[in-house]
Amino acid sequence: MSEKKTLATVWLDGCSGCHMSLLDMDERLITLSSQFDLVYSPLVDQKIFPAHVDITLVEGAIGNTEDLEKIHMIRERTRILVAVGDCAITGNVSALRNACGAEAMLRRVYGESAQGPAQNAPGKMQDIFVQLPRLFERVQPLHDYVSIDAFVPGCPPTADTIHFALSELLAGRVPDLSGVAKFG
Amino acid sequence: MMSHEELEQTTAKVQQEQRAAGDRINVCVAAGCLSLHSDAVQKSLNEEAKKSGARCSVRGVGCMGLCSAGPVVSHEPAQAVAAEDKTTAQPTRLYGGVQPGHAAKIVASLNREPVRELAIDTTMPFFAKQTKIVLENSGSINPESIEEYIAVGGYRALLRALHEMTPAEVVQEISASGLRGRGGAGYPTGLKWATVARAAGATKYVICNADEGDPGACMDRSVRESDPHRVLEGMILAAYAVGASQGYISLRAEYPLAVQRLGVAIREAKRMGLLGAEIAGTRMSLNLEIRLGAGAFVCGEETALIASIEGRRGTPQPRPPYPAESGLWNSPTLINNVETYANVSPILARGSAWYAAQGTAKSKGTKVFALSGKARNTGLIEVPMGMTLREIIFDIGGGVPAGHTFKAVQTGGPSGGCIPESLLDIPVDYDSLMQAGSIMGSGGMIVMDDSSCMVSVARFFMEFCMSESCGKCIPCRAGTAQMHGLLTRITEGAATHRDLDLLVRLCEMVGATSLCGLGQTAPNPVLSTLRYFKNEYLAHIEDKHCPAGVCECAATPAEVNA
Amino acid sequence: MSAAPGAKTFVIDGVDASATPGQTILSAAREHNIFIPTLCHLEGLGDVGACRLCLVEVKGARRLLPACTTRVDEGMEITTNSPRLADDRQMTMQLLFAERNHVCSVCVANNHCEMQSMATTLGMTHVEVPYRFPALTVDASHERFTLDHNRCILCTRCVRVCSEIEGAHTWDVMGRGIQSKVITDLDQPWGTSETCTSCGKCVQVCPTGALFQKNRTGERRGKDPSFLPYLRTMREEL
Repeated sequence: MSEKKTLATVWLDGCSGCHMSLLDMDERLITLSSQFDLVYSPLVDQKIFPAHVDITLVEGAIGNTEDLEKIHMIRERTRILVAVGDCAITGNVSALRNACGAEAMLRRVYGESAQGPAQNAPGKMQDIFVQLPRLFERVQPLHDYVSIDAFVPGCPPTADTIHFALSELLAGRVPDLSGVAKFG
Repeated sequence: MMSHEELEQTTAKVQQEQRAAGDRINVCVAAGCLSLHSDAVQKSLNEEAKKSGARCSVRGVGCMGLCSAGPVVSHEPAQAVAAEDKTTAQPTRLYGGVQPGHAAKIVASLNREPVRELAIDTTMPFFAKQTKIVLENSGSINPESIEEYIAVGGYRALLRALHEMTPAEVVQEISASGLRGRGGAGYPTGLKWATVARAAGATKYVICNADEGDPGACMDRSVRESDPHRVLEGMILAAYAVGASQGYISLRAEYPLAVQRLGVAIREAKRMGLLGAEIAGTRMSLNLEIRLGAGAFVCGEETALIASIEGRRGTPQPRPPYPAESGLWNSPTLINNVETYANVSPILARGSAWYAAQGTAKSKGTKVFALSGKARNTGLIEVPMGMTLREIIFDIGGGVPAGHTFKAVQTGGPSGGCIPESLLDIPVDYDSLMQAGSIMGSGGMIVMDDSSCMVSVARFFMEFCMSESCGKCIPCRAGTAQMHGLLTRITEGAATHRDLDLLVRLCEMVGATSLCGLGQTAPNPVLSTLRYFKNEYLAHIEDKHCPAGVCECAATPAEVNA
Repeated sequence: MSAAPGAKTFVIDGVDASATPGQTILSAAREHNIFIPTLCHLEGLGDVGACRLCLVEVKGARRLLPACTTRVDEGMEITTNSPRLADDRQMTMQLLFAERNHVCSVCVANNHCEMQSMATTLGMTHVEVPYRFPALTVDASHERFTLDHNRCILCTRCVRVCSEIEGAHTWDVMGRGIQSKVITDLDQPWGTSETCTSCGKCVQVCPTGALFQKNRTGERRGKDPSFLPYLRTMREEL
């Protein structure tokens, strides 16, 4: 069992579609699973990110203070860090709010188009969500904050793409999808 | 029909009138002094002169150079005006900071001691170290009088060339002089003329590139405002040499005084038969028109300038083809800058050998610079090529103000670079400046002292290039914006080493791939400051500290919308 | 191979080749099945040399030269690909992607976009320069077409096809530098343009999702500018 690689998957500012695509590998996932131990993932009940992980797949962009803390911690503890999906690579849909800013987005979503106390709340919308991580003015791709070892593009990346990437990673290679998978 | 005899008659008449008028009081009415209300000074001097009945004339003249002392007034004693040999004549007196209230004092001093509190020492290095060819008439003749230009020898070279030289001989004379384009790139002028002269085509054009958009540059404007006929004569000679019969002077509408004076000059030259059909009775004809630009820096690029004259959006086109082969309306077109044209008539009048004897082996003649920034004496200067930067800044410019130390000199505007103290002894010529990571450019020269942050300086020029990019090609349009963003991040103390690496990579890429000179040279201010002042970049990045105390460097690493 | 009269012989990527007089490097290269990336070039339109993707190295030239506008000269030695060119081309694509809001996943041209496929062809994995995220508008005032500035790469194909082929010159560019944008007439809503003939050529030549036909999404959203060379040839022969 010692030659099995440890694998983690992380869900930051994204829709979880990339994780769905991961599951779309279907029975291929079962075949691959003999080669890794899934040590952390939204798909498993593990609350603490382990101290050393061989491969971490990250879905989603960096949109708030919690995302930023997490990605720095994950980078420190991971050997091969992989950005999976367009949100992690470009910001994508998560970054659509960047042209208007966090405050305007919150006001529109939870104020103007909402009912209840938020609608007429005075002051900054972010103050209403005191218990939540603070939003950054701009959502940014992972590589703006930490170094990334491989990029797996797509919204979401197809199951085939993820299968190729994961197989390569488990075989000890860094997958090069440039020119293979469609950018953006 | 204008002949040599008529030129001599005009000269004699003007000189006689000038002698009869007695002492001359010259008031600078070029843009610099005019902005300090020298027109009011001229009016007061006129009134005082009339009131006192003194035998003197008050004239508006072009730039006298020492703009930092403006408004500038000079007083030529009658004896000096009349003297054949100016060297033994009574020296001209120069006054600075003249206000309308000083008029009475100046008029009263004509036959007495100079007005001490206004006097400028004309023996100081600022004047003594200059050599004037392009600016030789600036500040001594009335720019709106063609007769005065003729009286100082103007249009002689043109008439001689038209009557005694073939076009090929004119080209040969320019080639032999070693004159190189004064717009910045330093392309051999004779070679350009020869290419246009050789190019096939019944219709050819001459264009004067008078766009001059560099921040801190006013050389060409001053020539146009102070000695417009010099430019016209150069253009007519060029048209004769290359076989053009239509010419355009393209300049910005923001220079109304230059527009007006060039307009007057064109009318006057036509009236005298020196422009238009059958110039001076020869078969040579040239129609000159002024085209006004809307103030886009990129229209100083020759293909963009041509597009602008044609009435299209001012964006550059890939070269080749060069305008010399296919330019304005696809005809062979000669484009030279104002200062280049201003050198033409002296070369033909005094000979190419005389011109080639000045300057260095590869850079002949003189260069006009707009000396500005942190120097004691600022203004317009003309020096022989090959003078060292140190002589220009410390002798002519008088060094930096007390309490500060020299840091760098910026030449070549947004396409140029910053040169540090250690390289001040290099000679000013095209090649030496290029080696030092800057360029000659059109003549902007900005002195900076220890109060300047070099990252901010680079950012300033990048902002200029970003806003002046025409937007046609991707590297310049998006690359300058990205470089500006990265420089801003550095000045805010929010940048990392990764940002600096990216900046360097963008500098190389934008320089190598941009369509025209604007983008190709836009990285120069960054590259040269990185070469000589990298420690300042590192201080902003590593220590979040601006050594010059200019930048705030207070940004938090991640901007939280709190 | 017997050379046509006036043919230029040259070397491209180490291969001996020939070109007709006045032929551009790009056209000659394509005849010899050599790929040079382009975005602003389109067969049938005049070339402007704006996207800089087709820059090639020519031995003895002081600078890189655009293949689309540079004519082949006798004896030219051309390199169409090198680590340096590949690097510059990648950076050009990066600058484009970061310039406006090219969110492929929610774009009408997703999978039918020349810019997107060019990024893939050039092996782009991510964009290192900071995304600018400008606030840009969408003009849906025309009854059949939409202009989305978020997707525009300022290749000016629309401007050229409208002026050179349709003869309407509805499109042009306004502003400078990073503020440049394509406009209809004097920057008025497309639907109110008095010069637009609604011919739709601009939509067909647009390489991205900047110009698209309304109610034409999904598999029917592909564009077809192949009519252009025919139009051009027919007109030249008439």
